[in-house]
Amino acid sequence: MADIAAGSVAVAARRPRRRVWISKRIAPYVFLLPFVLLFIAFLIIPLIYAFDLSVYKSALIGGTRFVWFDNYKRAFADPNFWGGVVLLIKFGLMQMPIMLALALLFALILDSGTVYAKSFFRVSFFIPYAVPAVIATLLWGYMYGPAYGPFAQLATAVGLPKPDFFTDSTILPSIANIAVWEYMGYNMIIYYAALQAIPTDLEEASLMDGASAFTYALRIKLPMIIPTVIVTIIFSIIGTLQLFSEPYLLINLARNVINSHFTPNLYAYTLAFTGQQYNYSAAISFVLGGVVAVISYVFMLAANRGVNR
Amino acid sequence: MTIVGKSNASAGFVRNRWLLTGVLSIYFIYTFLPLVYVITASTKTNPDLFTSFGLWFSSDFHLWQNLHDLFTIQNSIFLQWLWNTFYYALVSGAGSAVFATLAGYAFAKYDFFGKKFLFALVLGAVMIPQTALVIPIFLMLSKVGLLNTPFAVILPSLVFPPGVFLMRAYVDEAVSNEIIDAGRVDGAGEFHIFSSLAFRLLMPGVTTVFILAFVASWNNYFLPLVVLNSSEHFPVTVGLAQWYASAVSGSGGSLLFTVVMAGALVSILPVIVAFLIMQRFWQGGLGAGGVKA
Repeated sequence: MADIAAGSVAVAARRPRRRVWISKRIAPYVFLLPFVLLFIAFLIIPLIYAFDLSVYKSALIGGTRFVWFDNYKRAFADPNFWGGVVLLIKFGLMQMPIMLALALLFALILDSGTVYAKSFFRVSFFIPYAVPAVIATLLWGYMYGPAYGPFAQLATAVGLPKPDFFTDSTILPSIANIAVWEYMGYNMIIYYAALQAIPTDLEEASLMDGASAFTYALRIKLPMIIPTVIVTIIFSIIGTLQLFSEPYLLINLARNVINSHFTPNLYAYTLAFTGQQYNYSAAISFVLGGVVAVISYVFMLAANRGVNR
Repeated sequence: MTIVGKSNASAGFVRNRWLLTGVLSIYFIYTFLPLVYVITASTKTNPDLFTSFGLWFSSDFHLWQNLHDLFTIQNSIFLQWLWNTFYYALVSGAGSAVFATLAGYAFAKYDFFGKKFLFALVLGAVMIPQTALVIPIFLMLSKVGLLNTPFAVILPSLVFPPGVFLMRAYVDEAVSNEIIDAGRVDGAGEFHIFSSLAFRLLMPGVTTVFILAFVASWNNYFLPLVVLNSSEHFPVTVGLAQWYASAVSGSGGSLLFTVVMAGALVSILPVIVAFLIMQRFWQGGLGAGGVKA
């Protein structure tokens, strides 16, 4: 079928007035072709290749040999890997509820219209999303600084001890804050759009006075956007388990608390690019993919149960 | 909705309105703290950064000198980084938008063998951890000699699965089957129908996907970090992060914290301005994605 398409392109090139003509039967394949080719080249093949890597082991002596699932066995028993997963679960349980609750609250406030300068707030809250994660981490890294950071400066000015943002107990909240700052507005906009899509006739009929607008939003509208909320939670879970840029950059400031296996992605990166252990690193990535799938699936099951009850 | 509010200006309503505006204002201050900091820090000398209060200007206004340093040190490499970032994002954004539109159109308007399976595959792609893809992509690119070239960043970024779901939903809404059938009755080929009838109707959707893919590429860090190693190909994210690391470790010699901040300021301003100008598109697009997903 590619031949037919190519043939008609050639015809069209010779006679400029005639258009490329493709039939209804082959049209979907032609339309899909460029995307699918790239999808195969940069998604499917790399995945197969990674899987292939993950069942081999290369050693200085003996070269590369097939080891079945040895790398996976090692990954399943690797405390460095599971430590990273547990840390991210802790991180997610701290960061996601705060971020999504704020996003929902602000979306409901903006949607109910009981606020001044509505579009000003809507746009400004979204602005951090335009800041690359790397730069956001840079900015907060400066803000957290003990000498030039405003928090430490304020604490010193009023005679309090300087806050340390990079200890074992503060590092997770410090990173969580960066993630909330970056992605709250994005989630808020998604909720806001979902709220705006709810037909307003219901509201016009039931609204007695303006003060009840927010109550109305909470009682009637919130339940209607639960499916959207579930989708954003799944995306947040996937994003959280892949945390990399923020801790990778903060290593510069917090060498004592962020190690090379702080998060699973950081661990896989270190294994591959400083240890040259591509095979084991590929296995780690697959196990992480499995963890992402399992956690998302369990959450979806739980959410469906909750909604159907 | 504002009309409803205005017609009900009871005392309680006005009080709530101020209260909620206050709540939003507090979050607004939080949102803008780092942005204020990057502006004030860019205007200081390096010693002043350590001695003056972070959220206000110091007496010595040093912005022009910092910008001058930013654009001249290491043979004006920062300018090259900015250009690279823009170029990678533009090509990735435009390519992803076109390919996602074609694919979304096929999913929305045709029945074909393997449709459900293929769509499920594209959906599932979102779950794959970055490292699972980037490490094999790195090894594959090194085999074909594309490592450390612009292609290494651009080609993988042309695959933007979220664009496909977004366009599928958008085509469903914006292009009616009647229009397509009318085109067929008139004897137009499928590609002609797409390019001269459907594409025009799809422009807002295409623009949204372009913006989302452009921003995704602009913000990307992990892929360029892995596949590029000479600094002339770096995007701003990788370059600035490297400067920052050397400023912190003190190994950069002349690299100053304030120059890094000036670099951060220069690299986020264009995106923020573009976001403000094009807000109609991304708001609509995120909405469509959120509702349909």
